[in-house]
Amino acid sequence: MSAHGAAQRTIARFAVSPARARRDRIARSAIAAATAIALVPLALIIYYLLKEGLGSWSGTFFTTDPTGNTFFKSVSIGGIKSAILGTIEIVALASAIAIPVGVAVAVWLVEFGRASRSALVVRFFVDVLTGVPSIVFGLFIYIVLIVGTGSTYAAYKGSFALSLLMLPVVVRASEVILLLVPGSLREAALALGAPRWKMILKVVLPTALPGMVTGVLLAVARAAGETAPLLFTVGATLKTSFSLGGAMNTLPLQIYYDVTSATNSIVARAWGAALTLVTMILILNVLARLVARRSRL
Amino acid sequence: MEAATITRGGRSILERSPLARLPDRILRWALTGLALLILALIVYFFVRLVGQARPAFSRFGVFSFTFGNDWNVSAEHFGALPLVVGTLITSALALLIGVPVAVATALYATELCPRRLRAPLTVLVELLAAVPSVVYGLWGIFFLAPKLHGAEQWVADRLSFIPFIGGGVVTIPNYFITGLVLAIMILPIVSAISREVMSTVPFDHKEAALGLGATRWEMIRLAVLPYCRSGITGGAMLGLGRALGETIAVTILIGDAPRLGSHLFSQGYSLAAVIANEFGEAQGLHRSALFAAALVLFVLTLLVNGVARWFVVRASRTGGAAAGAGPTGGQLAAGAAAGA
Repeated sequence: MSAHGAAQRTIARFAVSPARARRDRIARSAIAAATAIALVPLALIIYYLLKEGLGSWSGTFFTTDPTGNTFFKSVSIGGIKSAILGTIEIVALASAIAIPVGVAVAVWLVEFGRASRSALVVRFFVDVLTGVPSIVFGLFIYIVLIVGTGSTYAAYKGSFALSLLMLPVVVRASEVILLLVPGSLREAALALGAPRWKMILKVVLPTALPGMVTGVLLAVARAAGETAPLLFTVGATLKTSFSLGGAMNTLPLQIYYDVTSATNSIVARAWGAALTLVTMILILNVLARLVARRSRL
Repeated sequence: MEAATITRGGRSILERSPLARLPDRILRWALTGLALLILALIVYFFVRLVGQARPAFSRFGVFSFTFGNDWNVSAEHFGALPLVVGTLITSALALLIGVPVAVATALYATELCPRRLRAPLTVLVELLAAVPSVVYGLWGIFFLAPKLHGAEQWVADRLSFIPFIGGGVVTIPNYFITGLVLAIMILPIVSAISREVMSTVPFDHKEAALGLGATRWEMIRLAVLPYCRSGITGGAMLGLGRALGETIAVTILIGDAPRLGSHLFSQGYSLAAVIANEFGEAQGLHRSALFAAALVLFVLTLLVNGVARWFVVRASRTGGAAAGAGPTGGQLAAGAAAGA
């Protein structure tokens, strides 16, 4: 009996006082609640995208070009074919510019620049690029390629603006992965007599590839959703175009112009287009994660 | 015995011929050139932007352009104060709402949640970053703003005694709703960086706290948060940079009224939104004023991001010491920042 009491007193001496236990419980539930709150907008956005967007999805929605803000209900407002194709074309060109350049800069930073002063400066400027607002990229391209050359809007100018936006993401993501490539692999290649370019091309890059693909796909996904850099670069058209030298329609711009419309059916088209855009971006994200799983770094 | 060097043609046979060394040299200089080209490009852009903005600055003066309270297109008078204030208010709101929630999600994911939940939770929060800005605008203006309108009016009526917050008529697009949507938009990046920094807290520190009898919350408060303070600050500043430069969602949600809003729930304008809206039709001085607004925005985000990087790098110095060789927490965090 007394032994039991002594044991209880020992436990009591080491136990957390009720006040502290209560504070712990409150803090932990507050943190959990805040986490739940963070997920509420996501659920609401997905729910409303599906609810409003699926309604406007149909066969013709993907196979016809949009028409203008038609006042008469008898005229069809059309679909988003030109916007989907335009987004794919513009983002493809932007990726074709940003990915090789970005990976090359990352290779230079890791393999040649390292901690030298010039590497620090380049790193700083890449960070600066990360922080530049996306609309300012659009203005940069506008000043240089439209005011500077005295020409008009063109799809490839939008691609340049997007590639500027992607560049820092590609550089930083690739750099982090390249740093994870073990130094022993490099040393092994060099010790076997491989020149550095062979070591980089045949050992470092293949090892880093899956990890870099992840970062690159995330950059592509981010560029696909950007509206602001395209506003003053690609021009306005509703027609399907395969010429990167002319004006081109894109999903973000189509949504942006449709949001500002007062007609219900056009707003419905915006929801449909938004669901399409988010689906495309999510596919890229899922791909990125699947590739990331294959990375052995 | 002296080691003999076998030579052929004046150099060791182990040495590569100058011709064989050429590709290495070319690669090195080509890559260096490319990296420096990017520097040149940024500097060139900046100089051209300043050149385009000069007419507006020389007409109104840098100071009175930035802080003049009059944006009047038809009178050709441009003072950017309403835009600067709109940008700052909405971004401050985004930080105020977004950062605590983001830090809480990061804490929950790294310290409190069951191990199995950690990965799905991280993926879900990062999904928020996958939603494009224009979709946030669409959702905000057609769903969130009308749904919250009643609640906002209620708050404004109850708090009418507090200047600037209450008392006025609540419009559907307004500063508050813009800040709220911005808070959702910066949540993934702030959360990602906080999580990176929290994962660098040494186990010793946490175990020491728990071993001394601390509860989980006390362990978080005494071991985790102090260690992560500068990393979290850096993450928040990066989020602020994002919020300041956000364009399309803000353009849709803020109401696009080129004057100072009288209170939190009134319409306003932001630097980025004014460019998105007016640049297409702008001519002459108006166009130059918009370039000047872009320059103000650019410098503002540059300052904020510079401070943010400084904090994140400082966090990695304290966190990276134990990590030894290999990428430090800061580099990973910077990568996460770029990716989010």
